[in-house]
Amino acid sequence: MNESLAFLLSIFPRLLAAVPLTLALTAISGLIGNALAVPVALARLSPNPLLWMPSALYILLMRGTPLLVQTYLIYYGLGEILPGSFIQKTFLWDYLKDGFWYAVFAFSLNTAGYTGEILRGAMSAVPRGEIEAAKAYGMSPRLILWRVTLPRAIQICLPAMSGETILLLKATSLASLITVWDIMGTARQIQKESFRVYEPLIAAGIIYIVTVFILTRVLNLLERRINQHRAAPQSA
Amino acid sequence: MNFGHDGWGARFLDGIVVTVEVSLAAYAVSLVFGLLGAGAKLSPYQWLRWVADVYTTLVRALPELLLLLLIYYSGADAIKFLLSFLGDDYEDVELDPFAAAVMALGFIGGAYMTEVMRGAIQSIPLGQIEAAKACGMSPLLRVRRIILPQMLRFALPGMSNLWLNATKDSSLISVLGSFQDILFMGYRAASTTKHYSYFYSVTALCFLIITLVSMAGIRLLEARVNRGYK
Repeated sequence: MNESLAFLLSIFPRLLAAVPLTLALTAISGLIGNALAVPVALARLSPNPLLWMPSALYILLMRGTPLLVQTYLIYYGLGEILPGSFIQKTFLWDYLKDGFWYAVFAFSLNTAGYTGEILRGAMSAVPRGEIEAAKAYGMSPRLILWRVTLPRAIQICLPAMSGETILLLKATSLASLITVWDIMGTARQIQKESFRVYEPLIAAGIIYIVTVFILTRVLNLLERRINQHRAAPQSA
Repeated sequence: MNFGHDGWGARFLDGIVVTVEVSLAAYAVSLVFGLLGAGAKLSPYQWLRWVADVYTTLVRALPELLLLLLIYYSGADAIKFLLSFLGDDYEDVELDPFAAAVMALGFIGGAYMTEVMRGAIQSIPLGQIEAAKACGMSPLLRVRRIILPQMLRFALPGMSNLWLNATKDSSLISVLGSFQDILFMGYRAASTTKHYSYFYSVTALCFLIITLVSMAGIRLLEARVNRGYK
């Protein structure tokens, strides 16, 4: 048992060194995915069937199939198409040799589907009176979207979006299956080298739990900052 | 792809069966964990609430893949350890891989199920439970006749979501290597034929079919559970 504990402690530095990669996966995919969610939600709410039907199909595909399948499809599927195409001759090829950017690609598309659906709900929950008031001021539809609908919708769905971000952080562990050495990937690597099953997983688990708790606190603070004006007035 | 003797079509159909079996079994286990967890969270005993809080917090903070590997590999050891208290004749216990995977997925799903059920039980109007008490129903009878049926109405949306998650999370078992589920078949077909994008699209389509059929079933169930509230 003691020897096991000593081993557990000895692998922490290696696993901690992988934390930035996991955070980078989460942050980059989260930013791209949430940005893509805006057009997905807008298209989903459009009365034009040429817009809402593809968007609804996209959301169904992203939410109706496992993320792992999507990740494999992008990693192996693009790996089949890209070599030999013009991409191989451009600077992009250097980035596309390892799994990282394929994982970012898959996670971003997936996040766009999930957050797009959340954002759609939030956009229809923006009180009508606020949009009418904006119209009464003579704002153009584009300005209303930019100044009223989107900011208000983001405020409304902020709690759901931070929940999605935590889920995304956990989901990045799937990148370990396409040769990305994130926390999970490093743990599996240590498993293979040392023939020990539990210690690497337990150590990685502790690191994930701490990371999730810290990220939850950060997101809560962010949420409170963005929704500051809606907080209850402080009593003297 | 063809359905002949050595076509991949038939194997994908087998894969769908395995995926649905594992998902159904894991979902049933998660219902048990969910009921126990919700009961513990609402119990008057502080230590029970504490155990349930630790369970849901830890499971929901850990990646599913990590938990699956941890529970899958430690399941047999844990059972051996428990059995060792009964005697030492159980050295060569082998846990069935299916049971181990189902327990692992069910344990994970159970943490999410706990929260869904706790919320649903708390949404039952207090008057109904008081009325049942006033009628002289025993606590167990109250659970069976009032709490469970009334809770179902509030819990159904969350439970449906968790079923869809269970079918998708079951794809993780392909990593374990001892299950021929849809994704495992897709992996085999793709790496044998080198038609990666084609066979992973077929894999995605199989999962999509399960999702669409489930969604249709859920709509029927919702109509039935809410039939008293039109």
